[in-house]
Amino acid sequence: MTDVSQASKQSSPSTGGEGFDVAKLLLEGRAFFALIVIIVVFSILSPYYLSVANFLTMASHVAIFGILAVGMLLVILNGGIDLSVGSTLGLAGVVAGFLMQGVTLTWLGVVLYPPVWVVAVLACMLGAVVGLVNGVLIARFKVPAFVATLGVMYMARGLALLMTSGLTYNNLGGKPELGNTGFDALGFNRLFGVPTGVVVLVVIALIGSIVLNRTAFGRWLYASGGNERAAELSGVPVKTVQISVYVLSGICAAIAGLILSSQLTSAGPTAGTTYELTAIAAVVIGGAALTGGRGNIRGTLLGAFVIGFLSDGLVIIGISSYWQTVFTGAVIVLAVLLNAVQYRRRSKLSASTGGQPTSQKRGKAEPANPAQGKTAG
Amino acid sequence: MTTASGTEPATGDAVLSARNVVMSYGGVHALKGVNFDIHRGKVTTLFGENGAGKSTLMKILSGVVTPTSGDIVLDGNLVSFSSSSDARDRGISIIHQELSLAPNLSVRDNIFMGRELRTRTGLDFAEESRQARALMADLEEDIDPMTLVEDLRLGQQQIVEIARALSVDSRILIMDEPTSALSATEVEVLFKVIRDLTSRGVSIVYISHHLEEALQITDYAVVLRDGAITATAEAKDIDLEWIVRNMVGENFDLGSPPTGHAFGEVALSIEDVSVTDTSGSGYSVVDHLSLDVRAGEIVCIYGLMGAGRTELLEAVAGRVPMAGGRALLEGEDVTGLTIAQRIARGLVLVPEDRQRDGLVQTMTVGRNLSLASIEAFAKGLFLSRPRERALIDDSIRKVTIKTAGGNAMIGSLSGGNQQKVVIGKMLTTNPKVILLDEPSRGIDVGAKAEVFRLLSERAAQGLAVVFSTSEVNECLSIAHRIVVMRRGKISAKFGANATKEQIMAASGEAVVA
Repeated sequence: MTDVSQASKQSSPSTGGEGFDVAKLLLEGRAFFALIVIIVVFSILSPYYLSVANFLTMASHVAIFGILAVGMLLVILNGGIDLSVGSTLGLAGVVAGFLMQGVTLTWLGVVLYPPVWVVAVLACMLGAVVGLVNGVLIARFKVPAFVATLGVMYMARGLALLMTSGLTYNNLGGKPELGNTGFDALGFNRLFGVPTGVVVLVVIALIGSIVLNRTAFGRWLYASGGNERAAELSGVPVKTVQISVYVLSGICAAIAGLILSSQLTSAGPTAGTTYELTAIAAVVIGGAALTGGRGNIRGTLLGAFVIGFLSDGLVIIGISSYWQTVFTGAVIVLAVLLNAVQYRRRSKLSASTGGQPTSQKRGKAEPANPAQGKTAG
Repeated sequence: MTTASGTEPATGDAVLSARNVVMSYGGVHALKGVNFDIHRGKVTTLFGENGAGKSTLMKILSGVVTPTSGDIVLDGNLVSFSSSSDARDRGISIIHQELSLAPNLSVRDNIFMGRELRTRTGLDFAEESRQARALMADLEEDIDPMTLVEDLRLGQQQIVEIARALSVDSRILIMDEPTSALSATEVEVLFKVIRDLTSRGVSIVYISHHLEEALQITDYAVVLRDGAITATAEAKDIDLEWIVRNMVGENFDLGSPPTGHAFGEVALSIEDVSVTDTSGSGYSVVDHLSLDVRAGEIVCIYGLMGAGRTELLEAVAGRVPMAGGRALLEGEDVTGLTIAQRIARGLVLVPEDRQRDGLVQTMTVGRNLSLASIEAFAKGLFLSRPRERALIDDSIRKVTIKTAGGNAMIGSLSGGNQQKVVIGKMLTTNPKVILLDEPSRGIDVGAKAEVFRLLSERAAQGLAVVFSTSEVNECLSIAHRIVVMRRGKISAKFGANATKEQIMAASGEAVVA
């Protein structure tokens, strides 16, 4: 009467990595195979594509989206969305640019030139504050994530434009006598030949992976994203988790902003426009579910590389940027289609073995009325 | 007077019949070869406890679900419904137990939802309003058809649901718990409407937990237990006692209260607790209730729907705020604490709806089991995999969960085993007091017995157990003490030797002289 079907034996957890397993790789593999197809196709079409130098260049482009996407993954795992990351990226870059010009304290009559590490820390703190605003709006004031982060997206972009009156900071180099040189290191320096941006991405991804798989916070995040009510009743601090993911996403956006303005050697208020959408696309291509609870760092990184290598490839073979947009869109639609197929297949599997896949997440639903919610007979 | 299960009932006046209908969900058999007749122009009442299969049978007869095997016979012809609208087109309509109204639309729009009246250029709102007004007049309810459904109280919403079913002019009308939120006057009006319908030849199937009330309107009584029909009879031949006897049965032993251990100190003390209705009506769903539970004691809270059991347990567990009073765990006031803090101190809740509140469907069996005790296998900042695995394996063994292992997805388990995961998750935290809200809901009788055995074992080791139920049989199984709740208050307290009739009388379900 309470048998467990054999079919369930092979179903391994989708959340987090329990080591290496071929079946899982194939399941997640579509992003991986897409990446291989992209590399093979462009290598045939262009003699310049398949080279270490080009790969490193493309990787440093991917780094920006990748860092944003890791932050976005945390938010999406929680069942939310963060539309403000592109604007936060721009605002962090502008604030960094502003600090590099020196801060004039009129009442003291001095000009402060903070060293680069202070600038970086302050920019990250700014990202955290923007994230905190998102998180508090969503967790405490119950504003839907889409609307809250949309509003913050406009506000951050507006602030960036206000600070510079729409202009761009072009001088980020600093002066040796002021002790604030080194900002360009983030964009141009290489560690064992690898651009700093890529190193930062790898570090962030590693930290993210450890947090998701090895810490209580990671487990809380998967649980509250999968079923907030069940997580809450199990003692998970769901509000703290929810606020934290937006703060972390804001910090990731600020880091990406620093790297981007260093790469461009300029900090403009419109930097990062629509990058939030690319980050969401990377997370989705990486197999995460927008309903929360499913997804991982490995998939998200693959998603970021698919988008980055595809668009750079299209540039290299000289396809018009209009077509690039069309291709990128098609890849995203295809990825979401495959996600839908995958999750439908999985829920069918569990339904056929006796589970009832109903009401997976009704996070903030009112407690059901006693006379409505019961099942008798 | 009583026919045994499996024999062919007379087909003379049956308008719609189920023949050997079997319904299985995975490994769970909700219906085990049921033969059921709806009598033409009469009220056929279906009695049975929660989980007996009543709603499933009605969903089959109204085309909402397709049976695993068996036949449906309509007017002597074999039929199969492709959908509920197919069944509706053949004159069968159903009033579902769960309201299926759109709260953002008006009463009129809800009544005509999906079959709006049209003119050449658009919708015939005038005619719709006129018909809606007429229906409300029939039901003697003073509701303007343009009122939004969300502005109506629950009982009035139920009236709208009934009006919608009446508006179709169906030959067969199935009413699944139509009166659960109605006042006594409204019930009287409804019964008048039902009598009027049957006199016009409409056949009614009626389901209710209020046995006495249902008996007033019944022509034919059918009793369902654990997915099989145990008795059928004409109303004139039966009484309440007959229904209760056939409903609860005597044959399955759900255990008896564990003996041989002395109760400890008072583990949980509920003092003068009140809870206000969440819909903002200011109505108290729990009304100045006090209750003490000792270590090692099992207390059953019995009550009908809406008696306030869920709200009481959720307030004690910290899920909903108390409007007044306090809860003490081993003498310490836990009223202001978060759920996590209460779990850490040893007060846990197993919620009523395991799909909505108990399980994380995207995680494995193991991770669901370990979710509430993450601290137990955390080493500094990081989680220890070996310690977690040991904890999960231990839990699976102790709670006897039938699973391929901790890595199986939670959806691969049967309902009973999913429930054991939710209970196991909470027992893994080594609680002092466990509250269980309808722990037997939607699980089969074998799993039920295992859950109760598990709870008795833990009680013998000193755990204080409080569980709620709406099945009187379960109260009389393992509970040392039975508390009956009615309208937010304790209406009676019994020892383990109470009778079903006493308990049901105290809950307001049935008054047996």
